Amino acid sequence: MRTLEQTTQEVLDLAAKHFQLPAGSLAAGDDFFKKLGIDSLQTLEMLSRLENHFGIELPDYEVQGVSDFKTLAERIQSRL
Amino acid sequence: MLDLSKYQSIGEALKDALDQFANEVCLIEADREREKERLTYREFKERANPLAKALQAAGFSAGDRAAIIMTNQSKWLISAYAIFFTGGVLVPLDYKLTPDEHWQLLKHSGAGFLITEYPIWRQLSGASGRAETTNVRMVLVTEAPPNADLGGAKRWEEFSEAGDPLFIARKRQDTASIVYSSGTGGRPKGCMMTHENYLEQCVALTSIYPFWPGVRYLSILPTNHAIDFMVGFFGPFTCGATVVHLRTLRPEYVRETFPKYKITYVSLVPLVLKNLQKGLQARFDALPPGKRKVFNALVAVNKALTKSRPRLAISRRLLKQVHEAFGGELRAIIVGGAFTEPLTLQFFYDLGIPVANGYGLTEAGTAITVNDLKPFRADTVGKPLPGMEVRIVNPASDGVGEVTVRSKTVMTGYLDDPELTAETIVDGWLMTGDLGRIDETGHLQLSGRKKNMIVTEEGKNIYPEDIEKVFESLPVKEFCVFAANFIWPKRSMVGEQLVLVVHLESGQQYGDELKREINARNNRLLNYKRIHGVVLLDEDFPRTASLKIKRNMLAERLAKFDSATAILPL
Repeated sequence: MRTLEQTTQEVLDLAAKHFQLPAGSLAAGDDFFKKLGIDSLQTLEMLSRLENHFGIELPDYEVQGVSDFKTLAERIQSRL
Repeated sequence: MLDLSKYQSIGEALKDALDQFANEVCLIEADREREKERLTYREFKERANPLAKALQAAGFSAGDRAAIIMTNQSKWLISAYAIFFTGGVLVPLDYKLTPDEHWQLLKHSGAGFLITEYPIWRQLSGASGRAETTNVRMVLVTEAPPNADLGGAKRWEEFSEAGDPLFIARKRQDTASIVYSSGTGGRPKGCMMTHENYLEQCVALTSIYPFWPGVRYLSILPTNHAIDFMVGFFGPFTCGATVVHLRTLRPEYVRETFPKYKITYVSLVPLVLKNLQKGLQARFDALPPGKRKVFNALVAVNKALTKSRPRLAISRRLLKQVHEAFGGELRAIIVGGAFTEPLTLQFFYDLGIPVANGYGLTEAGTAITVNDLKPFRADTVGKPLPGMEVRIVNPASDGVGEVTVRSKTVMTGYLDDPELTAETIVDGWLMTGDLGRIDETGHLQLSGRKKNMIVTEEGKNIYPEDIEKVFESLPVKEFCVFAANFIWPKRSMVGEQLVLVVHLESGQQYGDELKREINARNNRLLNYKRIHGVVLLDEDFPRTASLKIKRNMLAERLAKFDSATAILPL
């Protein structure tokens, strides 16, 4: 079972890879809308990638209002 | 289609529709690749009647208000039907708002009943606004896990009574719903819509874009939104058509839905339409040179053949693969909620996929103008719908002035706000606050806004007053939020932004600490509500005797600055 820290790191690594950013360029507290300059649709695409990686289903409502990686990782962790 | 001129209310029309189209499929609900629900109109009625009966047993009666906060799904429509059947007033709220915003609007609306989904209720029940919202006396929650703490709510699935509910008649002029066009901050704008507003709008819209049994409408825009309520519920239901709901809006599942369910119509906001365009363009660009050449030639032929009107059968043959990706039966993409760039509209039309763009406001009962495609005009938002009178007030030499509307679809006013109502509806004409001109062919061309607001590409109306709360107690002398285009008008409806106007204390610097504070507060707002820059003003804001900021006067002062240098990026 992953710890929350591990999950958070994997979320950050995957997001960086998905948006073709250097590894380590994202931080848990980053607002992904702002940091990545993405819109709500691009966020949904990122979520699909995270779901595939973690082997979970993350309903849209679970990420409603979430804009930072830390909270996103917590939502994922609760479903692992 | 039902003859809606015979009906007095939404409930009465829907009641007859459920009987008339009993064996047709009215609803399909899918979650990712799984189909969760498929209901005929008869089965819909069998689900809704026990709920209506239980509502009546719980004391819900004519004129009582019930709010729905749900994602698009079958229970949204079943609940709305039960509310209308029992003579109630529907308060549809945007599920994307924050819990505090939800409670604020629930309080303002005076709703006695709330119907919501468990994940939303989980957040709502613990929020501080609940204690103050004493008007909400019963909460029904859908899809709650077996052992969930419902925080005083009841399970929607168990809230039912046997026997036939009593249909409660309403008159055309009675309020059918209270729809919030904005106002989660300072001044909630609850549009009071009558049954007549909806009945008339439905007749007007379906005269141009008809529904019939067999039509499948993909409901993606939230149903609380005026467009989806009309074309994703009332319109298709009164014509015996089918509504398809998706529980996820992930692009990959949305794409699969078109061919899977042979979608006929879909409504999208410009942001999603542009995303679709981007995806298609990337696929076209990736074609090998030879195929690309053939494809471009086919598009050119299609363009020539559809110059005067759409020819779906020809377009589907010419550009078979493109149309098959959309299921092969798509008749039009309805786009609304915000202004759509002409190039995007033209892109789809050239592929033989008509985009029904238009112009509307919640206050006007959804659509005011719609492109009738005869011929398609990407540079306009179409002609006024039947029954709509559109007039341009105080036109400049180029014909551009404020767009005003008079029709049976215009709301009666804003809930509990006679002052704002009087400013908005003048001598029976709805002052839209939008600027435009009517060209020689009767098409409306929009060219900016007179009002202090922005509309995002996601179709969200953002009023500066609504987001000022988050900057309260900012360590500066005074501040105010503006739509940049209100200060520096531009003849455009895209790329609108909000700015924070700041008057620093005497001797105070606009330093890193203040910037961090502004950024931190800005980040508390949902991403589409955030300000994009700061304007520094070194003078006192003009104020009324009651110390309210005179926004118009302040905007006039700011307009003297050059926007290119005055707006400091965050």
